[in-house]
Amino acid sequence: MSLDKATVRRIATLARIDVQEAELEPLAGELSAILGWIEQLQEVDTSAVAPMTGGTDAALPWRSDVVDDGGQPEKVVANAPDPQDGFFTVPKVVE
Amino acid sequence: MSYLIKGDTGNWEVVIGLEVHAQVVSQAKLFSGASVAFGAAPNTQVSCVDAGMPGMLPVINGFCVAQAVKTGLGLKARINRHSVFARKNYFYADLPQGYQISQYDQPIVGEGTIVLDMPDGSTRTIGIERLHLEQDAGKSIHDMHPQKTFIDLNRSGVALMEIVSKPDLRSPEEAGQYLRKLRSILRYLGTCDGNMEEGSMRCDANVSVRPAGSNELRTRCEIKNVNSVRFVMQAIEHEARRHVDVYESGGTIVQETRLYDSNRDETRSMRSKEMAHDYRYFPDPDLPPLIFDQAFIDKIKASLPELPDDKKERFIRDYALSTYDADVLVAEQENALYFETVAKGRDAKLAANWVISNLFGMLNKQGVAIADSPVKAKDLGALIDLIADNTLSGRMAKEVFEVMVETGKAPAMIVEERGLKQVTDTGAIDAAIDQIIAANPDKVAEYRSGKDKLMGWFVGQLMKATQGKANPGLCGELLKKKLAP
Amino acid sequence: MTSLTALTIADARDQLAAGKVSAVELADAHLAAMEKAADLNAFITTTPDVARDRAKASDTRRKKGDVGALDGIPLGIKDLFCTEGVLTTAASHILDGFKPPYESTVTAKLRDAGAVMLGKLNLDEFAMGSATITSYYGPTKNPWKAKGSSVDLVPGGSSGGSAAAVAASLCMGATGTDTGGSIRQPAAFTGIVGVKPTYGRCSRWGIVAFASSLDQAGPMTRTVRDSAIMLQVMCGHDPKDSTSSAHVVPDFEAVLKQGVKGLKIGIPKEYRPDGLNAEVSALWDRGMGWLKEAGAVAVDISLPHTKYALPTYYIVAPAEASSNLARYDGVRFGLREPGKSLDEMYAKTRAAGFGAEVKRRILIGTYVLSAGYYDAYYLKAQKVRALIARDFDQAFEKVDAILTPTAPSAPFGIGERMDDPVAMYLNDVFTVPASLAGIPGASVPAGLTATGLPLGLQVLTKRWDEETLFRVSQVIEDAAAFPRLGAS
Repeated sequence: MSLDKATVRRIATLARIDVQEAELEPLAGELSAILGWIEQLQEVDTSAVAPMTGGTDAALPWRSDVVDDGGQPEKVVANAPDPQDGFFTVPKVVE
Repeated sequence: MSYLIKGDTGNWEVVIGLEVHAQVVSQAKLFSGASVAFGAAPNTQVSCVDAGMPGMLPVINGFCVAQAVKTGLGLKARINRHSVFARKNYFYADLPQGYQISQYDQPIVGEGTIVLDMPDGSTRTIGIERLHLEQDAGKSIHDMHPQKTFIDLNRSGVALMEIVSKPDLRSPEEAGQYLRKLRSILRYLGTCDGNMEEGSMRCDANVSVRPAGSNELRTRCEIKNVNSVRFVMQAIEHEARRHVDVYESGGTIVQETRLYDSNRDETRSMRSKEMAHDYRYFPDPDLPPLIFDQAFIDKIKASLPELPDDKKERFIRDYALSTYDADVLVAEQENALYFETVAKGRDAKLAANWVISNLFGMLNKQGVAIADSPVKAKDLGALIDLIADNTLSGRMAKEVFEVMVETGKAPAMIVEERGLKQVTDTGAIDAAIDQIIAANPDKVAEYRSGKDKLMGWFVGQLMKATQGKANPGLCGELLKKKLAP
Repeated sequence: MTSLTALTIADARDQLAAGKVSAVELADAHLAAMEKAADLNAFITTTPDVARDRAKASDTRRKKGDVGALDGIPLGIKDLFCTEGVLTTAASHILDGFKPPYESTVTAKLRDAGAVMLGKLNLDEFAMGSATITSYYGPTKNPWKAKGSSVDLVPGGSSGGSAAAVAASLCMGATGTDTGGSIRQPAAFTGIVGVKPTYGRCSRWGIVAFASSLDQAGPMTRTVRDSAIMLQVMCGHDPKDSTSSAHVVPDFEAVLKQGVKGLKIGIPKEYRPDGLNAEVSALWDRGMGWLKEAGAVAVDISLPHTKYALPTYYIVAPAEASSNLARYDGVRFGLREPGKSLDEMYAKTRAAGFGAEVKRRILIGTYVLSAGYYDAYYLKAQKVRALIARDFDQAFEKVDAILTPTAPSAPFGIGERMDDPVAMYLNDVFTVPASLAGIPGASVPAGLTATGLPLGLQVLTKRWDEETLFRVSQVIEDAAAFPRLGAS
């Protein structure tokens, strides 16, 4: 499996990582090498195998419907790069 | 009576599927212990889980699971005892984790049905495709700063049920009825308050058209986040017309997300959502599968209230109501309860008339919810009793009702205070008639010579003399007897 | 008397109890050693004030006779654990300045048991690596050097800071996390003991997530007993982590000396590929010899899907990571690079904030989850993962424990193997299968290469059987008489 520059650009956009034009080619090479190595999985017969989706086979535990968190806006925004009036802020989004 | 759009090339049929996001009624969020209350100061109802802080993990609120199961049962749907939470990955400023925890190919509720009651008395059964649980995102506020969007995460993590219909709806009217019926069922169940204005129920509509009579499925467009039943209907109507116009002018419809602008009554493409979507769903490794036993479902089933369809059937059967009256009365649980309190042991048809015409009319006019009605059900019942025992005439009862609305007093008290008791004592009426006859010999002569129309004048005089309290039926009867030649 | 920093946790516990040493003395001795060994770059952040405050408080508690299991014991914390009010970086530029308003469950348990935090230890960025060379804060050096060489060696990774600090006696023990070998492989590279418990034993709450279905915290110490003591405190059910287990936690220290008489030890043939390093191979045989002498029986077993573990891991872990790391977006914490639009801000922040290896894994993970590739990669990998877990299940029907080398080689030089990601990934070839299966594993230092570099042996047992894991590890430790750094 080898990735072309356009595919690398597409997944970098999906992952929101800015990749310079000059980096695309070497990155495509590295990623292709990794994917080529991964390709060997295709030789395993998994036709009758159920996927293992997590690290545990236990069922999901439940909480009760009790309010026991929140009420700490100053802590929530304390690490924010540019908080204002208790809000987080980002560059203006045009819908 | 099918809904068709007339085009130049012939008639077109519209195919509609609705996705409703209904906020689960709960105290705490789906995966954290922060409150879900509406209208709090920014970021005050946010746990570190809701803010997507490093190392924070979700733990599911069991009550929200029960609410989803309850809703599934109310939609007569299959409940999946094994379901899976998946991550829907996308970046947005108010999506703190960079993914939404949702359910994908294994939802908690599978196929079900909703029966629509159409205004002409017919019913339509619409398929439910699925219901799944997911987290809400936070809120982006674009108008607080010229260069910045402000983010409030109070809504982040609130539990939603996404309820997806099959593409069974064929007109804007059916779509409207579907939403009303779904809202009614959710409110009966107490699993969503159905308040579209506060955003606790939101609707996306998938719309496509096809030549009438064909079975093909053409490209659909999704209209996002419409916030009232009326707007959903308008948006569908507009969007279907747009599709017909595009097809008839030789164009093609592109699958896309569109936004309905109610001010201009048009839909437009949401370019911001157009960037190649690829949500990369995969099972959330922080959350093992959601599993419960049949006993859990049975317990919820046993707690279900009587739902609108069953109630309607019972009202028709037990109270001999018309389909229309039954539909109106069962739409809201409080209305049905009010009606039943009024109708109990009384003339049900009369009770239905009073509730629907007089009470609902008054509530509508005043913009008051039935829970806050100035006229309580037991008082309206007492008023109907006063009609039944001839204390009040229908006309007098309406007057008393007006006073009840103004003062909130019991009808018996109003009758007492105002001396409104209907006169049914024939002696008193006879005496009054005698006086009128004695005072108006010319009119009596005219009547007796065949001028029947004067009867109305005599009734008027009699009412005046008895200050309107005489029983109108009795008056006519006695007058006729006395005036007979 | 041995120097205070050379004490094991068990020794220090006894001396503290006997009043022969104070927690403050222990803390000061370690803080001084840390300062002297700053060149190792084992710590990202040192917390001498926190350490002295907690040590003082510990001494006060001891006077009242109210002490916890680790009271006064100076520990290092891998900088992947969130620590309340203390900079937590995951060794990434993108978490610049992040001071969590919460304490991870594991470090809270250690703190509540009286442990004294000395600082936050270096690691590969977001725990992605096998050499602690991808840290934004620079590589950590292995305190070991080959005989007659001055070349700086890697301490393994990702818990390389923890491993180096424990080996160099800068702390008595440290927390590590293991996703594909990040506790066991650096333990082997630095001649210490590292234990990855069963997935679900330790709460993941408050640990910066790399790959959620694989991440597990565990202890890194100089002796098996010390690991048992530390793990006892670190594990246990946590209602805040939906994958945390309610399994009863046994008394690990109590079983240490029960020996291995009669135990069946599996030797998987797939772990001896053609061209396996001869010294590693020989050490493995020697290790089995020790166990046999102690009464265990060797059983040849097969784990047929072993060769597919690494490629499976390099689908599952990056896929989960690509999603787990989406929250580092410059909105709510950490680094933000300005941008004209929201998307530009995201892309620039993440480009500047993540290092090359992290980016590579995010991109791989994004790709294998993307439309059209999910079934061929992610779903396929989950199915192969199930087969790998089944291999172990079947093996543990026949044997009580499995013995393998921890890593295919001794530590290598900083800067080596950096140009080929796949060659670097091969470091974890022996540790990754157990991570995928969720079973517990320990690395025990067992010998030296001809050039005097440490090698470790790995012990694996079935889920929730850490007791057997500790018993076997203890026998190896006793037989190996491993020459610890700085031990007299």
